[in-house]
Amino acid sequence: MSGMRETTYRECLREAIREALQRDPRVFLMGEDVGHYGGCYAVSKGLLAEFGEERIRDTPLSEAGFTGAGIGAAIAGMRPIVEIMTVNFSFLALDQIVNNAATLLHMSGGAFNVPLVIRMATGAGRQLAAQHSHSMEGWYAHIPGLKVLTPATLEDARGMLWTALEDPDPVLIFEHVLLYNRSGTLSPEAGPVEIVKAAVRREGSDVTLLAYGGSLFKALDAAEELAMAAISAEVVDLRVLRPLDTATIAASVAKTRRAVVVDEGWRSGGISAEISTRLMEEVFWELDAPIERVCGVEVPVPYPAHLEQASLPQVPEIVAAAKRTLGR
Amino acid sequence: MSERPKAEETTLEAGEDFTASRPHLSRAHLLDLLHQMLRIRRFEDRCAELYTYEKIRGFLHLYDGEEAVAAGAMRALGPDDWVVATYREHGHALARGVPMPEIMAEMFGKAEGSSRGRGGSMHIFDRAHNFLGGNAIVGGGLPLAVGIGLAKRMRGEPGLAACFFGEGAAAEGTFHESLNLAALWKLPVLFVCENNQYAMGTALRYSESETAIAKKAESYRVPAAAVDGMDVVAVEAAARSAAHAIRAGGGPQFLEAATYRFRAHSMFDAQLYRDKAEVEQWRAKDPIARLRGWLEESGALHAQDLEEIDSRIEAEVAEAVAFAEAGTWEPVEDLTRFVHSAAARRR
Repeated sequence: MSGMRETTYRECLREAIREALQRDPRVFLMGEDVGHYGGCYAVSKGLLAEFGEERIRDTPLSEAGFTGAGIGAAIAGMRPIVEIMTVNFSFLALDQIVNNAATLLHMSGGAFNVPLVIRMATGAGRQLAAQHSHSMEGWYAHIPGLKVLTPATLEDARGMLWTALEDPDPVLIFEHVLLYNRSGTLSPEAGPVEIVKAAVRREGSDVTLLAYGGSLFKALDAAEELAMAAISAEVVDLRVLRPLDTATIAASVAKTRRAVVVDEGWRSGGISAEISTRLMEEVFWELDAPIERVCGVEVPVPYPAHLEQASLPQVPEIVAAAKRTLGR
Repeated sequence: MSERPKAEETTLEAGEDFTASRPHLSRAHLLDLLHQMLRIRRFEDRCAELYTYEKIRGFLHLYDGEEAVAAGAMRALGPDDWVVATYREHGHALARGVPMPEIMAEMFGKAEGSSRGRGGSMHIFDRAHNFLGGNAIVGGGLPLAVGIGLAKRMRGEPGLAACFFGEGAAAEGTFHESLNLAALWKLPVLFVCENNQYAMGTALRYSESETAIAKKAESYRVPAAAVDGMDVVAVEAAARSAAHAIRAGGGPQFLEAATYRFRAHSMFDAQLYRDKAEVEQWRAKDPIARLRGWLEESGALHAQDLEEIDSRIEAEVAEAVAFAEAGTWEPVEDLTRFVHSAAARRR
């Protein structure tokens, strides 16, 4: 396509934030090191000079304080984007996210909605060990009242934020740390995208690989390998972990009759268990094989590269799981 | 003497100037403070009774003894201001002007309640009065008040956020984070610490290395005052002075009101942690008896005034109970309505 331009996931996120700040004076970005430092992952680099300290607001290391302040500001007429440096730190704000943001609308009988967006980095792969590497987005997907987005593509990195800001309720956006540097081409017309549906990223007929975030590209690589073995794998990008787009997921599996769920999060009680159960509920009679899961090993993510990699879903495991569903 | 406003209009539409830096101690105003405190107490007396009849269930935390704090502080607030309170918030809701029938219906869990019955005693909310609960996580409301203050500052809107919390909250991280943020960003937030001496059953001396809570606020450069929370006029005066400074753009202010709850923490509390003698000592400082005694001594309160106040409250409480009794139950089909705004607006 003409006019396509080279960009990165990080730049897409930055453009989305910039666009939101330009379009809506109620929008501001708040978090640790978002201003003078330029963002821990450099997402907000340059925005302080462009928008000033009021709207690119550096905070103290007070996750509960500034996340709660984001909730209060949202209720009182602003549209805050709260950045939490990494998902592990979000637990310091868990009370505010779960007991306030997620509950206020219902607990107040509809009186107070919370139009807040919280962005955070998630996932492993940078040797940051057990307090900076976990994938807890599936855990947040457990909470009624929250919406949970996991942009994997450049289009979604560019487009999900504005739609999330227009949502009257709290939306959490999880950015996998290994995606920030990912580059590719983006249409100059790229803009807001819907945040309700899963997307088929590769069509296939023999088995469906269900993945999201950082694992999406592992699933796509696995599909490529499977193709060399004459296995046609369909790859579904979940995009939204809450509410799950069960219809798209089930339709794909009903077609291929086999499914592999890939999740960097832990297996026990994770989003993979939820997806597997929904497939059992929706398409049990269409299945030709038990559903396979490739998940993070149940261990705090370790520091050394070989152990860290061993703790994460990898392409060969996804390929092997897909082959098992075909009896190969 | 000018005609007194109707009970439910006492705070927001009384016609008095909430922005004045000092209370105007007219006879009418003092009688109105007395009325407000009595109104809260009688309402809660009735709630306790209704609890034994199982009309009200769950937790019920009474404000009995602490009425002067809400009744006094609320006089310094106007319609643009916001209130964030705790799970012991009946008094704040009433003093703020949330209609008593809606509060009682909420206690009953009825659809006509201020939170459509979904919150109960601990979660009274009212958008019309900028009343943001009703927060039952100790310290959970302070960051919300900071955020409201931030929104007001960024939007250039008048008004402040008043946040009520107990001294137990001073042990929570959010207390320190919120004071720091509010001071750092010079936000219009009035922090009101209701120091009733016990975090549930744990006395302050068993939980804090520094028991003067106001000192903690000062360490964040938030101007702080300690006030006798059993003296409604003193509370009003301190709140007006603090609110006046906030409205002048001076950033947050902190009040520590020394008070006491006469009754148990909740309806399940055997009160093993305090002496009856201590309770009696504090009861002698009852803010209602105190104001009443003062008015009587000064010849400003006549038997007829008291009768009139009593009968007005009796009628209001009776009406609230009748409203709650006549209320309806939310249909079970609507169970998940209000989880998301789209569904909430569907009807």
